Amino acid sequence: MEKIDSELLSVIADLHTVPQGAYNIRKNGQLLSRNSSANIEIVPKHDKSGIDIKIADNTQNESVHIPVIITKTGIKDLVYNDFFVGENCNVTIVAGCGIHCGDAEPSEHSGIHRFFVGKNSTVRYVERHIGVGNGNGDRIFNPKTVVELAEGAVMEMQTTQLGGVTSTLRTTEATLDNNSKLDIVEKILTENTQRAKTEFLVNLNGDDSRVKVVSRSVAKGMSNQLFHSIINGNARCFGHVECDAIIMDKARVSSIPEISANNIDAALTHEAAIGKIAGEQIIKLMTLGLTAEEAENMIVHGFLR
Amino acid sequence: MLKIENLSYTIEENGKLNCILQNINLEIPDGTTLIITGPNGSGKSTLAKIIMGILQPTQGKIYLNDKDITNLSITDRAKMGIAYAFQQPIRFKGVNTKDIMTKALGESAKVNNSCDILSSVGLCARDYLDRELNNSLSGGELKRIEIATALARNAPITIYDEPEAGIDIWSFNGLVDIFTKCSAKDKINIIISHQERLFGVANRMLYLRAGRVIKYGTPSQVMPEIRANSICKKLSREV
Repeated sequence: MEKIDSELLSVIADLHTVPQGAYNIRKNGQLLSRNSSANIEIVPKHDKSGIDIKIADNTQNESVHIPVIITKTGIKDLVYNDFFVGENCNVTIVAGCGIHCGDAEPSEHSGIHRFFVGKNSTVRYVERHIGVGNGNGDRIFNPKTVVELAEGAVMEMQTTQLGGVTSTLRTTEATLDNNSKLDIVEKILTENTQRAKTEFLVNLNGDDSRVKVVSRSVAKGMSNQLFHSIINGNARCFGHVECDAIIMDKARVSSIPEISANNIDAALTHEAAIGKIAGEQIIKLMTLGLTAEEAENMIVHGFLR
Repeated sequence: MLKIENLSYTIEENGKLNCILQNINLEIPDGTTLIITGPNGSGKSTLAKIIMGILQPTQGKIYLNDKDITNLSITDRAKMGIAYAFQQPIRFKGVNTKDIMTKALGESAKVNNSCDILSSVGLCARDYLDRELNNSLSGGELKRIEIATALARNAPITIYDEPEAGIDIWSFNGLVDIFTKCSAKDKINIIISHQERLFGVANRMLYLRAGRVIKYGTPSQVMPEIRANSICKKLSREV
């Protein structure tokens, strides 16, 4: 593994060595390394690029890492990864993609992840995207996540785009059965002329299903972001969507929450707060000896942590 | 020694000039615990903000140990040793107690220091270090953390703007203890307060009214002036 590979893997998947348990590491559109464990089987798809991850019933406290790294420019990588999580599981899934761009050619990664989470299972899904390198070629990510939660299933989803991504369209679609719960926390940083668009569509179909979508983002330079979330309450359910954004320089952020209560017992809320860093926050940190710039960095770092 | 010379602060409101502070002259020697008091709108917080550099005076000079700091930034003044606890604590999304205490403690930052200081303001570090300084904390909790950040600076000059605001009555003695303990012969504490129960910690008092110094001196010199001008006192006499 080359140095840049390790650096990207460390950032996107906290991997410093080969991970414990099941993993599938993909580099420049090819398999780099793969391992299945007793309870988690990773098999390649035959009809298209991608893998099936099959997690056996009652798998407890195990993890799967499926990072993707792209170090060649001009690559257009499209993968279909399907997660079949059995019943009564408790697992952590770490995915993510790092693109290192060294010249003017664009690189693109589109990961289409589908999660079929069995009854009473809990999945923690962590996804990180980052673009690095001195090249001025576009680094493009278009991840799509589809989630189907069976009765009593819980999924916590943390997605982070750490910067350096020229363009992204992030789509998440979820369907929730009775008594299931989905918590999504999305963090995005855009700079320069980067664009980020996020779309959520959540159907709360089961009684006592709950969803919480929280987006925290920072837009700098001339970048722009659009956050569009649709929550349909089709049963006795609870849904909340929240968009907090800091804008700096000449950046723009738009938030479009769309909540539809289609059942008398559906309770849906949304809130959005977009604005520049409050001057009083900067002043407070300056009274501790920070410069205005250091204060801004601390606020942004904390906000996206 | 903090010296304020011919200091005025005037703002324009609806086309008219409004003098918030008028020709203030003060010498505050090291070892002073100063209470600044006076009615609402007398210019107490404005004076404190001008000392910290948050507001710029329209006239006059401020000297710290004979160095003119009038045109220095907030950051420079903080680095020279002025600390400030805000009347209204600032809320942050994402920044937690540990982050801000670490910055306040500076290079010497250790978890133990944070714990000791948070304990002194009545907070258990274990419960608060990872808490974000956002709306999940009550006004009183944020106020205690605000005071803790000022204490953590261990600065030669510390300004507390109404430290008692939002602190429940049961914790008041703790606040008195803090100011008693942090008094030192090489330090200056400036406390803006309306609370007579805090006045006991001071060895100097400044009584401001309508932007002017009515009296500056020892508590025994200033208190009679405050009592003579107190509407409440007059009313209580009538009762």
